Amino acid sequence: MKCQRLFAAGFAVLLGLAVFEPASRAAEDTIKIGYVDPFSGPFAATGNNFLKVFNYVLELINAEGGPLGKKYELVTFDSKLQPAEALIALKSITDQNMPFVMHCVGSNVGSAMIDAVSKHNARNPDNRLLYMNCGALATELTNEQCDFWHFRFTANVDQRAVARIKTLPASVKSVYVLNQDYLFGQSVEKATLKYLAQYRPDIKVLADELVPFGKVQDFSPYIAKIKASGAQSLVTSNYDRDLNLLMKAGNDAGLEIRYDSYLAHQPGGPTSTGPAGDNRLTSIMEFHDNVPAEEHSAAGEKFVAGFRSRADFNFIPLDYVTMFRMLTAAINKAGSTDALKVAQALEGIKVTDMMGDENIMRAEDHQLLSPLHEAIFTRDAKLDAEKTGLGWKTEAKLSAADLTLPTTCKMKRPTQ
Amino acid sequence: MEVLIVSLLNGLVYGMLLFMLASGLTLIFSMMGVLNFAHASIYMLGAYFAFETSRLVGFWPALIVAPVLCGLIGAAIEVWGLRRVHQNGHIAELLFTFGLVFIIGRSVQMGWGMLPEPYRVPALLDFPLFTLYGLQFPAYRAFMLLISAGMLGAIWLLLKRTRIGLIIQAALTHPGMVAALGHNVPLVFTIVFSGGCLLAGLAGVIGGNYQSTEPGMADAMGPIVFVVVVFGGLGSLAGCFIASIVMGMVSTFAVVIDTSVADLLHPLGITLHNDDLLGEILTVPVARIGALLPLLMMVLILLFRPRGLMGTRDT
Amino acid sequence: MTYRRLLPWLLLAAVATALPWAFYDWGHHRHAGFIISMMSQMGMMTILALSYNMLLGQAGLFSLCHATFFGFGGYAMVHLLNAAGDGSLPVAIEFMPLLAGMSALALAIVFGAMATKQRATAFAMITLGIGELVATAALMFHHFFGGEGGISTNRMIDHSLFGLSYASGIQVYYLIMAWTFIAAALMRLLTITPLGRMANACRDNFERAQFMGYDPRIVRFLQFSLAGFFAGIGGGLYAITYEIVTFDAVASPLSANALLMAYIGGSMVFAGPVLGAVLITLLQSGVSLMSNSWLIYVGVLFITMVTFAPTGLAGIILAHGPIWRAGRLRRLLLPYLRLLLPGLAAVAGFVGLVELLSFLTIGAEQGKRLILFGTPIYIASAVPWAVASALLLIGGTWLRKEARRFASIWETVTDDLREART
Repeated sequence: MKCQRLFAAGFAVLLGLAVFEPASRAAEDTIKIGYVDPFSGPFAATGNNFLKVFNYVLELINAEGGPLGKKYELVTFDSKLQPAEALIALKSITDQNMPFVMHCVGSNVGSAMIDAVSKHNARNPDNRLLYMNCGALATELTNEQCDFWHFRFTANVDQRAVARIKTLPASVKSVYVLNQDYLFGQSVEKATLKYLAQYRPDIKVLADELVPFGKVQDFSPYIAKIKASGAQSLVTSNYDRDLNLLMKAGNDAGLEIRYDSYLAHQPGGPTSTGPAGDNRLTSIMEFHDNVPAEEHSAAGEKFVAGFRSRADFNFIPLDYVTMFRMLTAAINKAGSTDALKVAQALEGIKVTDMMGDENIMRAEDHQLLSPLHEAIFTRDAKLDAEKTGLGWKTEAKLSAADLTLPTTCKMKRPTQ
Repeated sequence: MEVLIVSLLNGLVYGMLLFMLASGLTLIFSMMGVLNFAHASIYMLGAYFAFETSRLVGFWPALIVAPVLCGLIGAAIEVWGLRRVHQNGHIAELLFTFGLVFIIGRSVQMGWGMLPEPYRVPALLDFPLFTLYGLQFPAYRAFMLLISAGMLGAIWLLLKRTRIGLIIQAALTHPGMVAALGHNVPLVFTIVFSGGCLLAGLAGVIGGNYQSTEPGMADAMGPIVFVVVVFGGLGSLAGCFIASIVMGMVSTFAVVIDTSVADLLHPLGITLHNDDLLGEILTVPVARIGALLPLLMMVLILLFRPRGLMGTRDT
Repeated sequence: MTYRRLLPWLLLAAVATALPWAFYDWGHHRHAGFIISMMSQMGMMTILALSYNMLLGQAGLFSLCHATFFGFGGYAMVHLLNAAGDGSLPVAIEFMPLLAGMSALALAIVFGAMATKQRATAFAMITLGIGELVATAALMFHHFFGGEGGISTNRMIDHSLFGLSYASGIQVYYLIMAWTFIAAALMRLLTITPLGRMANACRDNFERAQFMGYDPRIVRFLQFSLAGFFAGIGGGLYAITYEIVTFDAVASPLSANALLMAYIGGSMVFAGPVLGAVLITLLQSGVSLMSNSWLIYVGVLFITMVTFAPTGLAGIILAHGPIWRAGRLRRLLLPYLRLLLPGLAAVAGFVGLVELLSFLTIGAEQGKRLILFGTPIYIASAVPWAVASALLLIGGTWLRKEARRFASIWETVTDDLREART
C-alpha cells in the first residue's frame, strides 16, 4: 500500500519538475505572436477551431513573404476563458519579449486584456506590447474603453447589428428578439433594438428576451412563446449549444419562422441545424465558401478548397487574413517590431482583402472597417457547409462604407 | 392557455428525462452516501456510444448496446476504483468521481473531437405525432415518454417484486445487517452502481439526439440532476420521480412568466428602477432567472427539511 | 521548543523572499513576470486552501461554496480600491485586504447562519446551491459585480504605508507574501484556541461534543464565518494582483479547486493545504502551458491520490517522521530508487500515449508539431506508439512488482520501530 502512495508522490513531483522544462524553442528569426485563448475546459473547442484557422492563414501569409523578410510564429497560451489566467499568460508573453499579443474568445477576457496591456505599457516603457483583438466583439471596447494599444481586427457588435437589420427582407414586419443573458448577448440585444428603431421603424418588436447562457436544456417553452407571439422572424445572437437547441426545438415543433441569426455560421452550427434550416436560416458573416465563386476570384476558390481539404468546418473569418496583411504592412512601414512604431503605422492603414475590397483600420478608435455578407442556408449553394448538403449563399453584401459607424472614443496617445 | 398546455407536455418530457438520469443517481447516492459527480459524464458517454452504434448498425441496436457498455464501465469503476477508495472515506470517494469527470471529459474530446456530432432522431420516429394550437408534438418526444415510463415500471417491479430487489432495498439502508445475514453486499453495491450507470447510458441514448451530442453536455446536465436527487430525498425513488417532474415543470414554466417582483409591487404604488442593486434584483423578470429556481428550491427545502422531499433518512 | 516550531515558518519565509531573485532576468534587468505571477497566485491560493481546510480538515465540514467568499472579498476590494483611487477612502493599500476580509465575513455570517443549520451532506448541498446562486447572480447584476466583464480597478492609489507605488509585480508579490504569512499564522493560532479544539471535537464525534454542553451549530457557524473572513483576504489580494475581478472568482471551479488543494495536500495536517496550493497552481499555470490535456493529468493525479494516499502529500511526508528520527531512513533509500525507474517509465508511457492520442484527434489539424520530452515526434509512424505502450505496460507491471517488494520492506522497517519502542 505505502509504496503505491509513493508512486503517487513521484508522479506529482515529476509533473512539478516538468514545469520548468522549456516549451518548444523555435528558430530565432521569426516574429512571435503570443496567442491567448481557451484550449482546455468547456470552451476548448472554440480555441482549437481558431487555432486551425490561424495556422492555415499563417501558411498563406508566410508564403506571401512576411514582414522584414521574416515569418510569423504563433506561441499559444491557454486562457481557460478566465481573465486571471489570461493575465498570467500575458506576463509570460512579456517575459519572452514578444511585441504582439493576440486574443479572440470572450469579451470579458478582452476587456481585462485591454486594461492590463495599457497598464503594462505605462509601467514598463521598455517592454511594450500591442494587443490584436480578433474576436472580443463588444462595441464598448472601441468606444468608452478604447485604448491606443488595442486594435480590433473584426467587425464589432454594432456593425454586425447594422448589417443584420439592413438585410432583413422588406416582407418581415414583426420580429422576436432573443439573446443570451451575458455581456455579448446583452450588447447585441441593445444594438438590435437601437438599429431596428433607426432603420426599420415599420417592424414591430413583439418580444425581447434574454435566456440564461448555456443553462437551458429544452427550448420548447420559448418556442411556444414565439409561436404564440406570431412573429415572422426570430432575431438571435445565440450560438453553439444555445443556438443548436433552439433550432432543434423549433424544428421539432414545426415552427414556421425565419431564423435571422448573427452567429449560426460558427463551427458546428451547420451540423446541428442540418436540413431543417433549409432556406429559413440566415447569418451575418465575413466570408463563406461560396463567396469566391460569387465574386469570381480564382485565388479565393483555391484558398477555400485548401481549407475544405483539411478541416471539418468552414473558413469564415477572412478578416484574419486582412489582419496579418495589415500587420505586415505596418511592420514594414515602421521598419521594426517595436509596439509603439507598429501601432502608429497601423493607425489609418488601408489594405485590399482577398476579394479585392478595401479595408481600413480607423485611426480614431482602432476599429477595422470591412465588408460583411448576409447569407442564407440553402440546398442550392454550390459548396456545402460541414458536409450537410446545404451551404451558404450570399443574399446581400455590405461594404466597409455601409458599416462605418460614429465612435465615441477619445483616444489617449502616448507622447513619444 | 395554449402556451400552458404545450408547456405542460414539454415539462413532462424534460422531467422524465431528468428522472432517467436521477433515478440511477438516487440509488447510487443512497447506497454510497456520496454524490457521484461522474454520473452526467456517463450520460454523455451513453450519447456518444449511441451515436457511434447508430452510425454503424442503426438506432435500435444502439438502444441496447450503449446502455450495456455504460453499465460495464460502471461495474469496472465500482470494482477497481470505488471499492478500494471506500475505506478512505466519503470525501475520497467524492473526489474519485470528481477525477473521473476530468478524465471522461477529455477522453471524449480526444476520441470524437470538440464539435457536436450529427446524432439525429431515427427516421422512423421523425414525424409530428399531433398538432396542438399550431405547434407540432414530435413523435420522438412521445417515444421518450414511453421509454422512461417503461423504465420506471421496470425498476419498480425489480425493487418491489424480486428477491434481489428486496436485498438491494435492505442493503441501501442497513448494509451491515444484510452482510450479517450472509448476502454478498459488495456484489449488491456493484450491481446498483452498474445499474445506475446503465440507466444514465439509456438516458444518454434518448437524450443525445433530443439535445445535442457534444463534449459540453455533461457539464450542462450535471448540476440539475444533483438538485433533483437532493430535492427528492435519499433512498426514495418516489421522491426522485416527483422531484424530476417538479423540476421539469418549474424550468419549463418559469420561462413563460414575464413578471418581476417590481411588477407585482407596481399596483401598490411602488415604482422601482433598475439603477441600484436592489432595484436590479427586483426588476428581473422570472423568465430570466428560471434556471436559478431549482437551486433556490433545493436550498429552501434543505433548510427546512434536510432529508429532502420524501427522503427516508437524513442526508 | 518554540524555536523548533518557528523554524519551518522562518525557512519558508526565507525561501519565499529569495525565490523571485533566482529567476531574475539579468539580461534585461527585470524580474521574470510569469514566475512572479505564478508565485503570487500560489500565495493567494495558499490562503484559500488553508481557510478551506478550517472547514474540511478541522471541522469536518464539506463546503462547496468557498470561492463565494474569496470572490466576494475580491469584488469588495475592487470597490474599495476605486473609492481610494478617487480619494473618498483614506486607507493605505496594505490594510485593505483586511477590509476585504471583513466584507467577506459579513457575507459568510449571512450564509453561514443558513448553511450551518445542517451538517454533512445537507450542508454540502446547501453550500452547492449558495455557490451556484451567487455565481449566477454575479453574471446577472451589473451594479456590484459588473456582469461577465467583471469590474476593473487600478492598484496604484498612491496611498501606501511604505511609500510604494505597487507598479511592479515584485512589490505586489511581497505584499501578498506578507499577508499570506499573517493569515496563515492567525489560522494556525486559531487551531489551538478552544474554538479550534471544539471544531475538531465536533468533527470527530459531534454527539459527544453536544453532551459536553457545546452547541455544535455555534461551532460550525463560527468556523464557517472565520473561514469566509480569511478567504476574503485572499480574494482582496487577488484583486490587487490582477486589478480585475470577474465572476470566475466566485464560480464553482474555484470552490472545487479549494477542495482539491486541501485534500491533495493533506487535510489532517495544518501545512498540508499549502503543499496542495503550490502543486495545483503549478499544474494549472505551468503544465497547461505545455499540454492542453492537462485536465486528464489532474484527473489521474486525483484518482491516484484518493486511492493510494488518502492522507495527502503531507500525510506521506509525516509517515517518514518516525523512521527518520530512528535513523532508519537509509534503509528505504535503495527501495525508493528501485521504485523510481519503473515509475518514471510508466508515467512517461502514459503521458506519451495521452499526448499521441490527443494529437491524433485534435492537434494534427492545427498543423502543430508534437514535441514530447524535447524531441519532435512523427505520429504517422508506429514507433512512438509502440514505445509509449511498451513503456506503460512494462513500467506498470514492473512497478507493481517493485511496489509489493517495497511494501514488505516498509512493513519490516515500521515493525522494527514498533518493537524498538516497546
